[in-house]
Formats: sequence, structure tokens, C-alpha cells
Amino acid sequence: MIDADQEFFLDPSRCIGCQACFHACAECDTHRGTSMIHLEYADRAESVQTVPVVCMHCDDPACANACPADAIKKTADGIVQSSLQSRCIGCSNCVLACPFGVPKYVAKIDQMMKCDQCYDRTSTGKRPMCVTVCPSGALAFGTREEIEKKRRERPIDAFVFGPQIVHTKVQMMMPLHATALDLDLADLVEGASNGPKTGLEGRLPDLVGR
Amino acid sequence: MYGPHLNETPAGGWSTAGEADKLVKTHCCFCGVQCGIQLKVKDNQVVGFEPWEEFPVNRGMLCPKGVKRYLQGGHPDRLLTPLIRTESGFRPESWEKSIDLVAERIRRIQEKYGRDSFAVISGASLTNEKAYLMGKFARVALKTKNIDYNGRLCMVAAGAASRKAFGVDRAANPWSDLPLAKCIIIAGSNIGECFPILTDYIWRARDNGAKIIVIDPRATPIGRTADLLLPVKPGRDSALMNGILHVCIEKGWIDRDFIMKSTNGYDAVRATVANYTPARTAEITGVPAALIERAAEYWGTAATAMLVHARGIEHHTKGVENCLTCINLCLATGKIGKPGSGYAMITGQGNGQGGREHGQRCNQLPSGRDIENPEHRRLVAERWGVPESELPGAGLASTEMMEAIHKGEIKGLLSICINPVVSLPDAAYTRAALEKLEFFGVIDFFMSETARHADVVLPGSLQEEDEGTITTAEGRVVLTKQAVTPPGEAREDWRIICDLARKFAPWDKFPYQCPEDIFRELRTVSRGGPIDYYGITYDRIEKEHGVFWPCPEVTHPGTPRLYEGGTFHHPDGKARFHAVEYRPPAEDVDAEYPVILTSGRVVSQYLSGTQTRRIGPLVQQYPEPLVEMHPKMAASVGVRTGEQVTVTSRRGSVTLACQVVKTIRPDTIFIPYHWAGEKSANRLTIRALDPISKIPEFKVCAVRVEKASGGPRP
Repeated sequence: MIDADQEFFLDPSRCIGCQACFHACAECDTHRGTSMIHLEYADRAESVQTVPVVCMHCDDPACANACPADAIKKTADGIVQSSLQSRCIGCSNCVLACPFGVPKYVAKIDQMMKCDQCYDRTSTGKRPMCVTVCPSGALAFGTREEIEKKRRERPIDAFVFGPQIVHTKVQMMMPLHATALDLDLADLVEGASNGPKTGLEGRLPDLVGR
Repeated sequence: MYGPHLNETPAGGWSTAGEADKLVKTHCCFCGVQCGIQLKVKDNQVVGFEPWEEFPVNRGMLCPKGVKRYLQGGHPDRLLTPLIRTESGFRPESWEKSIDLVAERIRRIQEKYGRDSFAVISGASLTNEKAYLMGKFARVALKTKNIDYNGRLCMVAAGAASRKAFGVDRAANPWSDLPLAKCIIIAGSNIGECFPILTDYIWRARDNGAKIIVIDPRATPIGRTADLLLPVKPGRDSALMNGILHVCIEKGWIDRDFIMKSTNGYDAVRATVANYTPARTAEITGVPAALIERAAEYWGTAATAMLVHARGIEHHTKGVENCLTCINLCLATGKIGKPGSGYAMITGQGNGQGGREHGQRCNQLPSGRDIENPEHRRLVAERWGVPESELPGAGLASTEMMEAIHKGEIKGLLSICINPVVSLPDAAYTRAALEKLEFFGVIDFFMSETARHADVVLPGSLQEEDEGTITTAEGRVVLTKQAVTPPGEAREDWRIICDLARKFAPWDKFPYQCPEDIFRELRTVSRGGPIDYYGITYDRIEKEHGVFWPCPEVTHPGTPRLYEGGTFHHPDGKARFHAVEYRPPAEDVDAEYPVILTSGRVVSQYLSGTQTRRIGPLVQQYPEPLVEMHPKMAASVGVRTGEQVTVTSRRGSVTLACQVVKTIRPDTIFIPYHWAGEKSANRLTIRALDPISKIPEFKVCAVRVEKASGGPRP
């Protein structure tokens, strides 16, 4: 069991895009050679902002709900496991269902693989591999009390997708006034966004003098 | 047949997981942070790693280079026997005959052209023991004055500035001071990619309320969320720092008591920076005046503040001057020698700090002693048991050696731990020089692009195949352990050097049985010197997770923070200001070459790439150099992301894919330099040196950018 007070915190604002997490994930003993997480540039042309993507371990996991073979199990301590080899039929329903883009179908073994928060490590008192190596603190693992004391952001576990609210075990660090992360699709549609650009780099051309 | 080939899987395959014979607590071989790491060893092969969470600097954190470094174990390109160049390529040879051949060729060249006609060129990824040994080998065995190292390409400008200002060359504060600072200026350091672990220290400072100011022509990962990004035009750093100090003085944000009690030379600096008004500074640097004023306010009004810098301000023909203007700001505001207040150059190479301390530099004897200082010469000669008159004087810097080869002054060369074909500016000039040599010997573990020019290649050791101390960028002396023995007939570097040395010098001058023997001698020689290691032992290092020099006695705790109480290392105990007038780079843009080229690193590669270009997952992360350019420039060139552009300077040209990003100044392009041959950024860079430190101007030269003809290349 993972200690009940140990939680996973994600803060992309700290991420430097180094991919240490991605590479270290592939070093975990249970799936050595295959990384179960990934890291993406939000929009490299605009910014160096990167986002590490680990499984959010939803309270009511869409991946497991969509699985026709009942191959995705959730442990009593809230970890949504990778697919069971004996059950997974490689249909990729879970890949399509996940709102965070986490599960990956691995053709080589005809099976879905995804992050299980390093259950072999976390259930024995260690931190997940990706968190342990992360040099920026974008990935953190510990108690809520510790993180709230150390950081200026607050952890959020509610994600709004249209009419649906997804609650997760993994916490996203957000500005103090935030209560949920609202992913308005309009922000992702070219020309439709009214949102202000907040990154410094968005203003770089204007900052540069003659 | 020598690669670079990509190693994708651990020695013995992925199934070696979990069954390691042992875990060895040691350090990463890449960069001056020297993160602690545990290497997994099975059947005398490094097959993986486990984080080492007890080591206090990185507490288990690693960057991708650290995570994947173990893939050098069992690498197919590993050199396993000595090799001799023949008409039809390299052939294997025995150690005995190879060492004899190298010794015979050295002797022949020295007899024919004089002792100094044979040069030794070494590197700052070597341990302290090897750095010490290389200096002694050159001066006592070969008796040549020409020994220098690749630190000339690294932080030597910062070292020279610190010696001038403080009287000693070391980061003034430990990293643990960073989170205590209320303002941090990061000048020319892409911390997120070059020293990823330090990001955590910067973010912790920010958590504690610090203002972070980043000075960089690019919005790097650390710049992205800084409070202030000053997008300086490459080559204008000294003007910018003068401008910030100007505002601090105008507003009275200076520490008069500290200036009076602990420094010399302030008045000249005040008079000089008086001319660097925000408006004029903005005109020179391309940074808006309002941002310069705000930076000064953040720094000047902060209770504590630290300034850190790296190659971005050091790789210039005024590298020393750039660093001195940073030091002037720290001194004038009294931000030095206190918890959370101070100054650090972030040394780049694995042993960039120790590599410049122990006598492998052309102008330096061990422990930072000066080769031209009669007292220092007498003392070292006495401890080495050689007549002072036989110690050579100052030799040529490594960056000057290629010119000396072209001129015929240097006829033979032995190199270790350096790949100048990739790392020196103006690569064509370097290649031509190596082909002119009458003899070229190389010690390396892979066939680097430089080793291909050698007459003899001796297979040395990877970091994990040898033991020895490293001094990290914060001045902490740590111990790297031998996890495995060298494969095949490869040998530990120190054994190779000792074998060669004994062909020229009596056995008792090189009597070492192990690296610790060398360290014991190094400690003794350093005793009472500017860089005192006497109190540091292997035992203490292991027990204390490293010891900071100076450490004059075994009972001394070591010195993490320098200059406490405003006491500096010059004879009068005071720090020295240096007035610096801005001067332009060696090659400015003009109508023919209208674009500024700056070069640097990416997170997945290390230096000339001899190691990291052979590690599959790191190569996949960033396979080839890209030309970063702003959309405005891309529009004028007529290219989009992914299209090929040809970049041409007065030295040569390269054709590479471009990456169009808003994260760079519109007047500047960036190319990372880790690659060889046709993809080498150093085909373009200029062979112009800082007059004091001899560091090349990698960070600014003039180029022209055109859409490549002939469509996309494979």
C-alpha cells in the first residue's frame, strides 16, 4: 500500500523540458526499456513551455470504464493499474477514453501500457522514479502539508471537461485563487482564443529594442 | 567501424534489471554539478542506475544525461586495444610496443626541434589526480612548457576575473545559498539545459519570494518563468552590467561601508559607469531602459542577492571584462560573502573547477600556484625533488596551440580528454593543424573525431572505470569510485600516463600505485598554497559527502562560503574593483554578414558529444543541430520550421534544418555545437581570443542565412 498521506503533485510551470522523467521511467524494473510517461511542448514556436504527462489516477477512471475486457484495475489505495496482460485485448478504447492522453497501445506486445505511479516503488515507501530524478520539482511526491508549506501554488484535483468534472488522485499545482482547471476547448482552437498571453516569451519581440 | 554508433540497451540486455551485483555510490560524469548517483553493476559491467537520495546536492535528482550515462557500459564503439595508424587504417598493437613507440616519437621530436616542440593538451573532465599528473608529466618527464587544457574553452575567463577581483578562483558561495537569496541574476546561463539540477535551487528561491532575473538572448527554460528576462544582444554584457550598476549608484542602492572597508578601486568604476545611463545602455544592448531600471531595483533593494553566470558571458573576446562587471555589481552593493549573498560562475565541465587548480594549465603550477612566481616555483620544485631551473616557464594556451602547429613551432602533440576538432572554433583550421603534426598521440575511450587524426590511440578509461576526486562547480571535493575495471586491454588513464612518464623520468618521480597515492602527494604539494587541499582525505570525503576547499588541516571543516566578513584573498585582504569600458565583439554584423550567430548546448548532449552522441535515447531526444530563428527572420529568409537553411560565415558554412521560434531575438540565430563534420557549428565560429584568458568568442560572430538550395536534404 502507498502511505495514505503521500501524494503526487504536478507543476508544469516548473518544467524545463529536460525529459529526465521520461528516460528514468524506462529504468523502472517492472517495465524496463519502455517509458510509460511522456513530455510535450505546449507550442514550441511560441514558447519553451513543456508539460510532463503522467497518469492522473482518476477517482472514476474513464480508461477502466471504457475497457470491454475489464483489464484495468484500481487498487484500494487509488492507483489505476496498467492493463492486465491476461485480459487486455489491445482494442485501444482506453486510449481514446482518457481525457489526459495517458494510455498508450504498444503494438509490439499488443497491449496497453500506462503509468502506475511506480507501484513497485511507491508501495514500499519509495518515491516514483520520475519524481525522484526530476531536477525542477515539476514532479513532486510527499504530503500535502509539506507542499503547501514550501510552495506558493495550491494543489487542485478537479478538471472540468465541458459538463463533466474529473477528480484525480494526482494533484495539479495551480495559482492560489484557482479551484479547478477549466479546459475550454475554444482556447485550443486557432483564432478562437481570447485568453491573454501570459508567458514572457510571448512578448519577447516587443521587449527587444532596436 | 568506430562509430558513433548508438547504444540503446544496457550491457547484458534489459533483463539484467534488479539483479545487480552491487550499487556503487559515485557521481555523474557530465557537468560541474557532479550529481550523486548509484551505478548498478553486474558481471563487471555498468548496467543501470538507482538514484542516490542521500547525496545532499541533488538528492536523487538527475538530468537525462545522468539517467542514460550508464549506456556507455559495454558500448560497441569502446576502444579495447592500443591502435597504430597505418596506410590502410588503424591496427591493434600491444601496450608495450605502443608505449615504446609514443616515447620514441616524443624523444625524436624533442631532440630534433627542442623540448617545447612537443605539447600536451588535456581536459577538465579528468579527475584532480589526473590533472595533477598531466602537469607533472609534462614539466618533470617531458620538460616541455607547452601543457594546457580544454578549460580554455570553458570558464577560464571567469577564473581570471575572480583571481583579479578576489585573489582566488572559485565560486564564492555554495548552491545552498541560492534559496536564501531574495534576488538572483542569472547572466548567460541556460541553467535548465546545462545544469538542470540547479533549477531546483532557483525555483526554491522563487518559492521563498526571490525575484529571478535572466539575462539571455533566448527565452530559455529558466528564462520562461523568470520575473524579468533581459534579452541582451550577444556580446553586449559588460555594457548591460555597467548600466545596472549605474542605476544602483544613482538610486543609492550601494553599500558604502563595505566599499570603504573591504574594497579598492570603486571611484574609477563609479566614474566609468556614470556614462552608462539606461538610455545609452539600452542603445548598446538592445534591452529596453525600463527593464534595466527594474533589474537594478530588484537587485539593489533586495536584502540578499546572488549573481551566477556561465559561458554566455564568458565565451567572448572580453570574457574577463564581462565577469568583472558582474563582480563590480556584487561588490558595490555589498552582496558577497554572506548567507544568500554572493557570486558564482557555474563551471561547465565535469571537473571544470578541479581541472583548473592542479597544474595542467600553461601558466600554473599545482594548487593555483603561479609558474612565473619565483617563490611558487621554488616550493613546487622542492616538493617534486627537481631543480627549480629545470621547471619550464609559461607555455601556450590550448587555443593558441593550433596556431603554433601551423607556424611549425609545435611538431608533436599528446592529447587526453579533449576533442578539439569539434570543440575549437574554426574547425577547418584545427583539422589542418592536426594533419601537419609529425606525431599525434591520443588517449581516449572512444574514437573521437580528433582521435581519427592520431598516429597512436591508447584506450583509456571512462569515469566509472577509474577512481579519483572531482571538485564540483561550488568548490566541493567529491570522490568518484571505480565501479568496474576497464574492458578488454583498456587501462586506467593514470596508469598510461605513469607508464609513459617512467620512460622519461626516474621511477621515484612517478611512484604511484593507485589514485589515492597521487592525491596524497597533491595534498602535500598544495599545503599552504592558494588552493589548499591538505585537510581533505578520501575518508573524509566519503563520510562528509564532500569537503569544500580551502581546507588546510584534517580537523578543518572546509569552506563552503568564501569571503565571509569581507575578507578577500589579495595580500591586503581587500577585493578589487575593475573599471570596464564596453567594447564591441571581434566580428560585428555588416551588410555582407548581417546576422549574429550564438552557440551553446542542448540538455541531452554534453560538450563535443564524444560520449553523448553514442547514447541512443539521448540522440533521439535531439538528433541533429537545428538553427533557431525568430519568425521575423524566417519570414525574411523565406523558410518555415523544418526547412533547410545555409548559414555562412567568413570561416565556412553549414546547412541544417531550422526551428522557427519566438524565443530568440530577431537579430540572432542559435546553433548548438555538439556535432562534428558538416553539422558542426564551429565551422562558423571565429578564432578570436580574449587577450587575458585566451577563451574564444564562441558566443558571437557574424553570419548570413539563406534558404538552402536543392530542396530538403535526406
